[in-house]
Amino acid sequence: MKAKSASFPYLVWMAVFIIVPTALVVIFAFTDRSGKFTLMNLEEVGQYSNVFLRSIWLGAIATAVCLILGYPLAYLIAKTRARQQNVLILLVMLPMWMNFLLRTYAWMTLLEDSGLINRALEGLGLPAMHMINTQGAVVLGMVYNYIPYMILPLYSILTKIDGSVIEAAEDLGANARTVFFRVTMPMSMPGIISGVTMVFVPAVSTFIISKMLGGGGNLLVGDLIDMQFLGSAYNPNLGSAISLVLMVLILICMGIMNQFDENGAMEGGVMV
Amino acid sequence: MKALSRVYLFLIFLFLYAPIAVLIVFSFNASTTMSRSVWSGFSFRWYSILFQDQMLLDALRNTMLIAATAAIVSTVLGTAAAIGIFGMKKWTKRVVMNVTNLPMVNPDIVTGVSLMLLFTFAARILGGSLGMFSLVLAHITFCLPYVILSILPKLGQMNPNLFEAAQDLGCNPLSAFFRVVLPEIFPGIVTGMIMAFTLSIDDFVISYFTSGTTQTLPIFIYSMTRKRVSPEINALSTLLFGTIIVLLLLINLRNSKDKKPSRAPQMEV
Repeated sequence: MKAKSASFPYLVWMAVFIIVPTALVVIFAFTDRSGKFTLMNLEEVGQYSNVFLRSIWLGAIATAVCLILGYPLAYLIAKTRARQQNVLILLVMLPMWMNFLLRTYAWMTLLEDSGLINRALEGLGLPAMHMINTQGAVVLGMVYNYIPYMILPLYSILTKIDGSVIEAAEDLGANARTVFFRVTMPMSMPGIISGVTMVFVPAVSTFIISKMLGGGGNLLVGDLIDMQFLGSAYNPNLGSAISLVLMVLILICMGIMNQFDENGAMEGGVMV
Repeated sequence: MKALSRVYLFLIFLFLYAPIAVLIVFSFNASTTMSRSVWSGFSFRWYSILFQDQMLLDALRNTMLIAATAAIVSTVLGTAAAIGIFGMKKWTKRVVMNVTNLPMVNPDIVTGVSLMLLFTFAARILGGSLGMFSLVLAHITFCLPYVILSILPKLGQMNPNLFEAAQDLGCNPLSAFFRVVLPEIFPGIVTGMIMAFTLSIDDFVISYFTSGTTQTLPIFIYSMTRKRVSPEINALSTLLFGTIIVLLLLINLRNSKDKKPSRAPQMEV
């Protein structure tokens, strides 16, 4: 098929709506309001390193929680009968079809000081807890919103593992624990990697979850960018600099993750 | 062990569905008072308020218009792109695919901000302002990679000789495309289009930065959550959740009638 020209309209589109905007972010990051070259914006980003650290920290905790909760679930689903599997996976995906603003709003109702959880505690005669507007609430929101992105890739890789490999390990004398850590887990590494990236990237860059569940006190990188473009602190140059740093950080993270993936795949190959 | 795993499944699904259940229950709350979580009787009042909300109806119309336009344009553009990319040399293909993946690997907020810079820049030069048009352009842009990536594997699975065979049998290249290639890759095109449509309806972050003053449904929902108390949100969530369940049931019914293994691509959405 000689149809290279078919992609021409798309290539133009790509140039205008992907390459030019990305270039604009870079240009804005390195210029001041009058359009002169400056490194001031990037220096200013340094002042917000605590916000970056908080975002990465909370995003990492949320990713870890998703992995710890999601792995056993994916494993259990992969072990059930085929018909049941379809239903269970549909149940995992169903909440994702609801807009994430609504899902996060639901947690506001539950976590508020006079919310349902505190009412229930009161009813049981227990002291009320302050939950909303804390970092814990932000992590909870991230886990709730993004855990399906962890479960789905894990599930699809776990169903692909050849049962005879596990039997072979058992025949060769491995107990259940050894089988899991030496066979199942290494073989599911690609699923872990893609789950981790699919949770970590949106969690680090979110600004809605922190706004809704974290109050004003738990600013994340996303909030910072939002403030520079549509908020009170209007300064697109600084905003672009923050976006650029965020973009580079994420690309570095993904590069490292991909490295892991290649190693994992190779080990898996050797083992089979 | 079996009992333990059942308990675990139950707890996780409780975690996933409890908030949604709360939203649905409280959408029938008669309360007009300050708290979101005091039950004071059954009523449909928030539903009737919702249907009289002109802003909501406008937002819904905008969302549907944008999603339909974005899905159609990105499918046509993406199909042509996939065919072109498939025929490229290895090196060019790699460069093009890397750029194509950019909106998928980039955090949404960065894509949104970069498009906002482009649109405000263009608006300053050409006049006009951000609104429906910029929203449609932004949505097409973030839908395109998903369309391309769902069609490319179908092209890879296709027997490359089919196209030539059709031409040998007297088709010109165009009719060979429509009568041989298109039917082969059609499932990929449909999956891509469904994905584009749902992604567009659901998008908040990129729309938030490229909408100007125009409201889409997610932006409207966002402005509602900013208010202290707004039980209409519960009613809206219930309606949306109900719609989703009905749609999924319809798709499943249709699939089990066809008895084709075509369920997989839809499941992946």
